Amino acid sequence: MGFGEGLLHLLLVVVQALALLVPLLIGVAYLTYAERKVLAAIQLRKGPNVVGPFGLWQPFADAIKMLMKETIIPAGSNRLLFLMAPMLTFGLAMIAWAVIPVNDGWAIADINVGVLYLFAISSLGVYGIIIAGWASNSKYAFLGAMRSAAQMVSYEVSMGFVMVSVLLCVGSLNLNDVVMAQRHVWFAIPLFPMFVVFFISTLAETNRAPFDLPEGESEIVAGFFVEYSAMAFALFFLGEYANMILMSTMTSILFLGGWLSPVGFLPSGPGWLVLKIVVVLFMFLWVRATFPRFRYDQLMRLGWKVFLPFSLAWLVLTAGVLLAMGWLPHGA
Amino acid sequence: MQPVLLNYLPILVFLVIAAAIALAMVGGSLIAAHQKPYAEKLSAYECGFEPFDDARRRFDVRFYLVAILFIIFDLEVAFLFPWAVSLSRIGLFGFFSMLGFLAVLTIGFIYEWRKGALEWE
Repeated sequence: MGFGEGLLHLLLVVVQALALLVPLLIGVAYLTYAERKVLAAIQLRKGPNVVGPFGLWQPFADAIKMLMKETIIPAGSNRLLFLMAPMLTFGLAMIAWAVIPVNDGWAIADINVGVLYLFAISSLGVYGIIIAGWASNSKYAFLGAMRSAAQMVSYEVSMGFVMVSVLLCVGSLNLNDVVMAQRHVWFAIPLFPMFVVFFISTLAETNRAPFDLPEGESEIVAGFFVEYSAMAFALFFLGEYANMILMSTMTSILFLGGWLSPVGFLPSGPGWLVLKIVVVLFMFLWVRATFPRFRYDQLMRLGWKVFLPFSLAWLVLTAGVLLAMGWLPHGA
Repeated sequence: MQPVLLNYLPILVFLVIAAAIALAMVGGSLIAAHQKPYAEKLSAYECGFEPFDDARRRFDVRFYLVAILFIIFDLEVAFLFPWAVSLSRIGLFGFFSMLGFLAVLTIGFIYEWRKGALEWE
């Protein structure tokens, strides 16, 4: 590959990346709006309705407000780490999107270990939280970070087992292959219990209600990001919501057939993927409006004593059934 | 560059774009907003008190325990990934080898459970 050709390729990748990230960031902005609107509707309130028609400019008003706030760096904190933590959280939430296929063969980075990559990046998310909690040098932040980290790693294990059982049915780590393996039946149907475990684990993994103990407002104020203000706070916020969308996308790709059309006579396409993501995101919001917060011991019990043994047993069962019936896929 | 590595180029591009956005946002806020720090504003938040002492103190050992357990099980998951992809080629022998490995880990898990390492109250 010549230099000119290489530069052209790089430019193409940059354009592709922007074509994915810009809609994603707008999506994140409107997810915050949708969350407030959905919660309001469930609680028979109106939600944001002042800025623009139906309050549609609210996310931008919030962004400008955040931009104009003072960035407070506490005196006792490690300044560099303090500013690095939100950037890390945000950056990780962005780079995971490089491997997401939005249509057959439409992944910007079509790597052959896509599932493993997503698993690795979502594991790294803990670092942003631990660093933020440590660097703040505040008791609430520290406690929140410890809780959050323990919670995230606990549910990551069962998430890993669920992913492995999907891989058993696919025979490849490529996300494109994962979706194409669901042409006949979505994995949510044969692996339904694992689908449920995965969805609940994603709630815990993104620190969402009913597992939002790390930021339990009534006990530790806001958890690991108490000390953050202005854009540093906004980065955490964006990262967290981008992670929510990422987890919904993973659920859609692993279990709900990605971009595949659920009805035979309509063509498959990225629109279906977006629709499935929106449905899963609505579930996130619905759960938040419906369930009270877990206690910490209940949370750990569910993760270690219920999900872990259950998903491990179901994984072995899946492997055994596939092997006994000769249904194992002969992947590349 | 090798074609396999070329597949990973977009990840680098994403990293650069994400870093640029993050720096621009924080930097933009530092420039655009009026900064006026003073001692009370910069002290750690503690419900209106002066912070008593340093926040980096002893914490519950169970967090360590969870971290250690996590490492064991996460390695197990990492070990399962290649096994799951190649199960069709390694057949029954591969299946039972992994079952043996899982059995050993399960015994360890039962031991932890019985010892109360998973209890939070």
